[in-house]
Amino acid sequence: MFVSYKWLEDYIDLTGVTAAELAEKITKSGIEVEGVEILNEGIKGVVVGHVLERVQHPNADKLSKCLVDVGEDQPVQIICGAPNVAQGQKVAVAKAGAVLPGNFKIKRAKLRGEESNGMICSLTELGMEGKVVPKEYSEGIFVFPADAEVGVDALALLNRDDEVLELSLTPNRADCLSMLGVAYEVAAILGREVKLPETNLEPAAEKASDYVKIVVEAKEDNPLYVAKLIKNVKIGPSPLWMQTRLMSAGIRPHNNVVDITNYILLEYGQPLHAFDYERLGSKEILVRRAVDGEKFITLDDTERTLTSEHLVITNGVEPVALAGVMGGANSEVSSDTTTVLLESAYFSGGTVRKASKDHGLRSEASARFEKGVDPKRVRAAGERAAYLMAMYAGGEVLEGAAEADTLTIEPAVVSITLEKINRVLGTELVMADVKDIFNRLQFPVSIEGDLITVTAPTRRGDIRIEEDLVEEVARLYGYDNIPMTLPIGSSTPGNLSDYQKKRREVRQYLEGAGLYQAVTYSLTSEDKATQFALEQRDTIRLAMPMSEERSVLRLSIMPQLLEVLKYNSARQNDSLAVYETGAVFLANGVDSLPVEKEHLAGAITGLMLNNSWQGEKKAVDFYVVKGILEGMFAKLGLTERVQYVQAQVEGMHPGRTAEILLGSEKIGFVGQVHPNVQKELDLKDTYVFELSLKAVLEANAPVLQYEAIPRFPSITRDIALVVNRETVSGTLREIILTAGAPLLKEVHVFDLYEGDKMEEGKKSIAFSLKYLAPERTLTDEEVTKVHERVLDALKEKAGAVLRG
Amino acid sequence: MQERLKELQEEAIQRIEQSASLKELNDIRVAYLGKKGPITEVLRGMGKLSAEERPVMGALANEVREAIAVKLETKQKGLEEAAVLEKLASESIDVTLPGRPVKVGNHHPLTRIIEEIEDLFIGMGYQVAEGPEVEQDYYNFEALNLPKGHPARDMQDSFYITDEILMRTHTSPVQARTMEKHQGKGPIKIICPGKVYRRDNDDATHSHQFMQIEGLVVGENIRMSDLKGTLEIFAKKMFGEDREIRLRPSFFPFTEPSVEMDISCKICGGKGCSVCKQTGWIEILGAGMVHPNVLEMAGYDSKKYTGFAFGMGPERIAMLKYGVDDIRHFYTNDVRFLKQFSKHE
Ligand SMILES: [Zn+2]
Repeated sequence: MFVSYKWLEDYIDLTGVTAAELAEKITKSGIEVEGVEILNEGIKGVVVGHVLERVQHPNADKLSKCLVDVGEDQPVQIICGAPNVAQGQKVAVAKAGAVLPGNFKIKRAKLRGEESNGMICSLTELGMEGKVVPKEYSEGIFVFPADAEVGVDALALLNRDDEVLELSLTPNRADCLSMLGVAYEVAAILGREVKLPETNLEPAAEKASDYVKIVVEAKEDNPLYVAKLIKNVKIGPSPLWMQTRLMSAGIRPHNNVVDITNYILLEYGQPLHAFDYERLGSKEILVRRAVDGEKFITLDDTERTLTSEHLVITNGVEPVALAGVMGGANSEVSSDTTTVLLESAYFSGGTVRKASKDHGLRSEASARFEKGVDPKRVRAAGERAAYLMAMYAGGEVLEGAAEADTLTIEPAVVSITLEKINRVLGTELVMADVKDIFNRLQFPVSIEGDLITVTAPTRRGDIRIEEDLVEEVARLYGYDNIPMTLPIGSSTPGNLSDYQKKRREVRQYLEGAGLYQAVTYSLTSEDKATQFALEQRDTIRLAMPMSEERSVLRLSIMPQLLEVLKYNSARQNDSLAVYETGAVFLANGVDSLPVEKEHLAGAITGLMLNNSWQGEKKAVDFYVVKGILEGMFAKLGLTERVQYVQAQVEGMHPGRTAEILLGSEKIGFVGQVHPNVQKELDLKDTYVFELSLKAVLEANAPVLQYEAIPRFPSITRDIALVVNRETVSGTLREIILTAGAPLLKEVHVFDLYEGDKMEEGKKSIAFSLKYLAPERTLTDEEVTKVHERVLDALKEKAGAVLRG
Repeated sequence: MQERLKELQEEAIQRIEQSASLKELNDIRVAYLGKKGPITEVLRGMGKLSAEERPVMGALANEVREAIAVKLETKQKGLEEAAVLEKLASESIDVTLPGRPVKVGNHHPLTRIIEEIEDLFIGMGYQVAEGPEVEQDYYNFEALNLPKGHPARDMQDSFYITDEILMRTHTSPVQARTMEKHQGKGPIKIICPGKVYRRDNDDATHSHQFMQIEGLVVGENIRMSDLKGTLEIFAKKMFGEDREIRLRPSFFPFTEPSVEMDISCKICGGKGCSVCKQTGWIEILGAGMVHPNVLEMAGYDSKKYTGFAFGMGPERIAMLKYGVDDIRHFYTNDVRFLKQFSKHE
């Protein structure tokens, strides 16, 4: 809502309060003022001039040579390029030395050999927006009414010596979508009176109700319809002050009748519609729901197909307006209109919202109906419009109005105690403070003991419950004046859950291992959504996505992390490690929420180690990434329960990928991205993992218990085994651990040889075995006995023989 | 004999002094003090001496051995020290060459902001509550006093999946769920961080996915002044002790009264600049007293219980705190961006 400071002064005395101060006060008490525009800022030296003579420029087809009286001793010669300049016009002249918006300085100049002492201005040249300039002046200069006084400040005449406050209104404050509403708000803030506009006219002989009968069928959608009749109207331009006020509020002037309806829209917040009475073709207005499939041409010459959810105004037979949204071409006011039927009605918000949405016709009018107009202003707005039509369109207003009224107005009556106000706000207000605030708001108030009873005016439909009153008191008392305290009463322990703590540890650990945390989008394309998914489910699609790229919920994080690597690789960062923790979404039937599982994914590409001057370089490989995971599981106390099993995962290298098992549950995978995928993404060798973080963090770690540091020495035996190439170390390790229990405490691989010294199809793998008894020193004989058992088992179960 | 011993001593000491290596020194040791050495030989001739002379000569021979041994030891120490010094000198390196880099990643800036806020409120007795990102219309809107057809639903154009299921548009449904779980009993003190989604086109200031952190306190005597005091602590800890706060009335369907909180502009110190749009203030968060309808819907007696809630955007805070100029940076994950957030402040 744009609020002209000068216009607001019609309703309230603003003495001693500048526009900027007013903006600050309004903001502080509840309605954000986004900005204050000084309309004539940066403009000077523009006066009203009288074009005494206009002749064709001798050397240029499109220019005119004008002799203009600018109120000085001698008229001046000005060259003008506007097509509509003519002798006898009163125009806005930027004299030599004037400054126009954008610090555009007007100088004496010669144009095609002819002297020019200034410039005749269009409205856009004076800083007005093209979309609000009246159509007849949109391609040329603006022409003042003939009675404009020569030499006076043209900007003052255009009401540009004004400032406009831009209010940003929240949905609850629709009352301030009108100048009167703003006036009440400002009155409450300043503690001043509101002056209401003039509406009184001499009574006419004829009655409106003799001209038209109102019948409303859809009473719920339209509980009040008021029609005023104005005869002998002469269509023409509206007065300049009205046009300029409309323009300042962002509305383009058309003619006096239309401008008056728009003026009332701004002044009262009540949308009106003017019909050409003669063109209605009947003496009846019938308001009803449209019939499904009914056709109607709106005044923008577009044929609309209506449904039974749309409300129409008809002449008893066919629609003449889509209620609250737009009039019909068949009854539009035109230059030969003489009798106007002026509609002022209360339409329900839902009806108007449905129609404006269905037909894409959102307007200043529909927005006000949608948010709810003040039912008590419907008649007053009609009276005021009729009054203005009598004043500025030469009309004769008929007595009374034709009406259909089933509207019951029940103002909200809300009671609250002083104690409650103070208890909610933490203040120590006394009754007089609170009473004064409601008086300033002009809310009728009665007080009985501690109880305050307020009757909310109908213009403030947002006041319904106690808390609304608390808010009114708080904002007008001032939030600055509310003290600062902290909650008292029973205290609560502040902490993270175990899950949240462990998640933080995992993040810290991975970052310590060199991975950067990424955050990517949950929405992705249909294709990517299922790639690398741990569980294949139906995809979950948005009903109305903004793009195909972001239309489906992800089932895995990996595709997005690979995108991150690709993005960075293309920008000279081809060695990079990233991870992400976040939800993936598993469909769970159409009517249920999906199962959201927190996943952890990581991706490492290029070099892990790159120490340029020492010449050490090491590309990431499977064991680097596996090592990172092993470290994480060790930190979480899960080492003993995690297993890696060779596996095939789509999109992954068939020989370098393992499934990760936690106990017997498959929780994820680790491995190299398939070389084809790497090539597609233009990545170096890339190793990745994705797993269910939820499963990992919810797994109970064993209780942490101190284990005695061994007091007796251990005995270590190293063995090099020859086995078939397919035999994996994990199998051998299991055999060794089982056969060596309980004395065997540790076993680890310390060498692997697959070179050409080996027999075809064989490899050598070396283990180091550590034997230990906690309570005594082991003897060689004891160890040898167990060790032999281990070797036997290896031979029997894996065909492993000692390397000779 | 006596003279021979003196001679040997002088000769040995001279050779020790002239020796240049440990090996040479060892040869001297063997030569003079060994079993086949000249001193031993001299002593062998003692049989010819008288009983009176024998102990005198024996003592003298020991004296000479001792003197040579001491000299040997001193010289050896000297030579060893010299050897160490020489070795150290040869081991000298260029300490100005760069060290071996340790690869360390770091938190995403949004996680950094979120954890900072979480920790701040945990210190004030809050717990961290989380909830689903795909929500029921009921928890996302209706339980928050936004019934179907409410005009404020326009303010949040949402990604619906079905008529009843959507991507949550704020983290407030976590508050609704937490209150419901508490079954009408207080106190509740939670902070709810998480991802939220709106039907916005991605540009420098909009993102269809972003983060939010909301807080909720419900109890028997929670006042607006408590909200103001809590937010002041938050603002000063997060943005600096010298920052002022102000509350402006606002509107949210789930709070009444509703406010927005501004902090004084750090750039201009409140005088007005382009960052604060000449106002001296920067909008940080929305807050208010929990609407009685929200309390009642979650099973609380709104006559007995009151509460406050607040919500803010980590992206906005990160943008203000670190001067980030485009919200899309947070989701592009350019490592040149990410790695700037490793340092302590
Ligand atoms: Zn500033």
